[in-house]
Amino acid sequence: MKFYRSHILVCHGTNCSMKSPAAILKTFETALKDFGLEDEAKVVQTGCFGLCEQGPTVVVFPDGTLYCRVKPEDAREIVAEHILKGRVVERLLYKAETQPRPVQTYVESPYFSRQVRVVLRNCGVIDPDSIDEYIARGGYRALGKALTAMKPAEVIDEVKKSGLRGRGGAGFPVGLKWTFAARASGSPKYIVCNADEGEPGTFKDRLILEGDPHGVLEGMAIAGYATGATMGYAYIRGEYELSIKRLEKAICDAKKLGLLGKDILGTGFDFDVEIRLGAGAYVCGEETALFESLEGGRGEPRIKPPYPTDFGVFGKPTVINNVETLANVAPIIESGAEWFRTMGTKGTPGTKVFTLCGNIINSGLIEVPMGITLREVIFDIGGGIPNGKRFKLAQTGGTSGGCLPDGMLDIPMDYDTLAAAGSALGSGALLIIDDSHCIVDVAKSFAKFFVHESCGKCVPCREGTVQIMRILEKISEGKGTHKDLENLEVLARVMYKTPLCPLGQTAPISVINTLKYFKSEYEAHINKKICPAAVCAVAGE
Amino acid sequence: MQKVDEILDRHKDKPGPLMPVLQDLQKELAWLSPEVLTRVAQRLDIHPSKVYGVASFYTLFATKPKGRHIVRICENAPCHVLGAPAVMREVERAAGAKMGETTQDGAFTLEFTSCLGVCGVGPVMEIDGEVFGNLTPAQVPAILGRFREMAAPKEGVAR
Repeated sequence: MKFYRSHILVCHGTNCSMKSPAAILKTFETALKDFGLEDEAKVVQTGCFGLCEQGPTVVVFPDGTLYCRVKPEDAREIVAEHILKGRVVERLLYKAETQPRPVQTYVESPYFSRQVRVVLRNCGVIDPDSIDEYIARGGYRALGKALTAMKPAEVIDEVKKSGLRGRGGAGFPVGLKWTFAARASGSPKYIVCNADEGEPGTFKDRLILEGDPHGVLEGMAIAGYATGATMGYAYIRGEYELSIKRLEKAICDAKKLGLLGKDILGTGFDFDVEIRLGAGAYVCGEETALFESLEGGRGEPRIKPPYPTDFGVFGKPTVINNVETLANVAPIIESGAEWFRTMGTKGTPGTKVFTLCGNIINSGLIEVPMGITLREVIFDIGGGIPNGKRFKLAQTGGTSGGCLPDGMLDIPMDYDTLAAAGSALGSGALLIIDDSHCIVDVAKSFAKFFVHESCGKCVPCREGTVQIMRILEKISEGKGTHKDLENLEVLARVMYKTPLCPLGQTAPISVINTLKYFKSEYEAHINKKICPAAVCAVAGE
Repeated sequence: MQKVDEILDRHKDKPGPLMPVLQDLQKELAWLSPEVLTRVAQRLDIHPSKVYGVASFYTLFATKPKGRHIVRICENAPCHVLGAPAVMREVERAAGAKMGETTQDGAFTLEFTSCLGVCGVGPVMEIDGEVFGNLTPAQVPAILGRFREMAAPKEGVAR
């Protein structure tokens, strides 16, 4: 293996890859050759670094200098100045509005200094296409430890003790799920990785798979060993081309080294992983709809019980875990449950990956301890609201989550606290909306999503989503009445209780939250026929 | 039909072969005609109504022919608050068709997409699999102009 004095890391996550990182990579390589530095510095394409708004980002190691919004023509200057002469290119450094001087290294920037990276430990740091780099960072050590030094029951016990809860949104205890599957009598058993990420505002699973695919595979193999499953499926959205490509390569490389497939590490344990693709249906993120789709059917949810751990894909016992959940497994096995519990809150230990989007300065991907407040995330890490506007509301957990107004910015974010506040942690999407937006218009965009994505199998969801949309349209056109607001609340109550799956149950929550916190704005549309934000085409304007 | 059979041969022995078969056919043929779906039903021994039911359920499968280029605009909440409605109106104007329609010259079919997971750089749209982020209405005519005269992506390119 060759040693280099310097490494130039170029972000190749999806958000950055829209801005020609391949050209940047190439310019770096050419420039290094021109200056005779190709044996001194190495250019690496990494997964998402997280700071999407400032992309494409480049980090130069060993010092960790962070360059933002790098263009292909800047690459030559970085080589000529930084790599050759050791002089930082000031004009490309990260500038936070809150700080007087630009920060030089990524660890100093407020965006990174507050983060704790467990799931994202390798994202933006290693070349995701290189299994060697994953292994060099301690990868597959946890799988080795589990297979050679632990019994399956001990693995489950460690995960149970860690308090890890499902990161897909529901927050179900992972150890318990694995126990049910291990005890189930059917055979064969399956591990399914749920990578059908479709929640608006959520792009964490995409970037985890793009940035560190082996971390997810290792988690799947450990889950297989713990529960007695020998086959795993990764069900990925068809739209996520780069995730699919990187995971395919990772599976292939892991098999070559005997880390997947037959007789893993010579222990006699077999575990294989196959990728299956979605084809554009949000509802397939619901576990039983996903099974239906994987088996070759319409993605319509099943009635539960029976639960997946007894009757999952192909009617066999199945553990289905989210990408982020699985990426937590190897660190827990390696460093232990006690270490994991030092992060986060009592009820929800560990970290959470959030995706920041909407009206926020630093949109992108972050990982922070559970229990951090919304205010810290938006204003300390996220840099606040751009263009001199003010914060109006945040939608947590995506469109199926809930909304929180200004007065609730200080509640700690974990599953139980947010649920108690009438919102949800969900997938970790944080949509920030500023005060230039009309609440009815925003609510309409939530409602429209569910009209489009309802699978149509059960009546309350199929009809309810359309009725919510109709009522909101009426209000935004200045034709709404107070009776409509009452009807919204009745609809919401029925929809909490009656649909088959969480899609329908969560569809009214955000809309009802906006009605609760911004009722006067709804009333202005109804009583005065005006839209205070001048967005809706209400009569009388 | 030879290509259809090749794809069927590739997947027919897998558990749950229907989705991988339809995905590869969609990539190869750009749309799933009744003849193709009938062939799939015969070869996999699945009732034609079920095959059609699956093909028509998912938004990435087309059961009708579409324009040479598929323009997919995200209008979900994160893109909405960053200005997607204005981008969408400009796309409709510049393309010369409404959302859901195909332009008269057959160049574009305009569709809404589910969240593309690139919300960090919204508003976004996707044309033939290429994603455009941080969009403003002013950028739209040039982007559409680039695609308008272009031939459809060749077979085997996902879109």
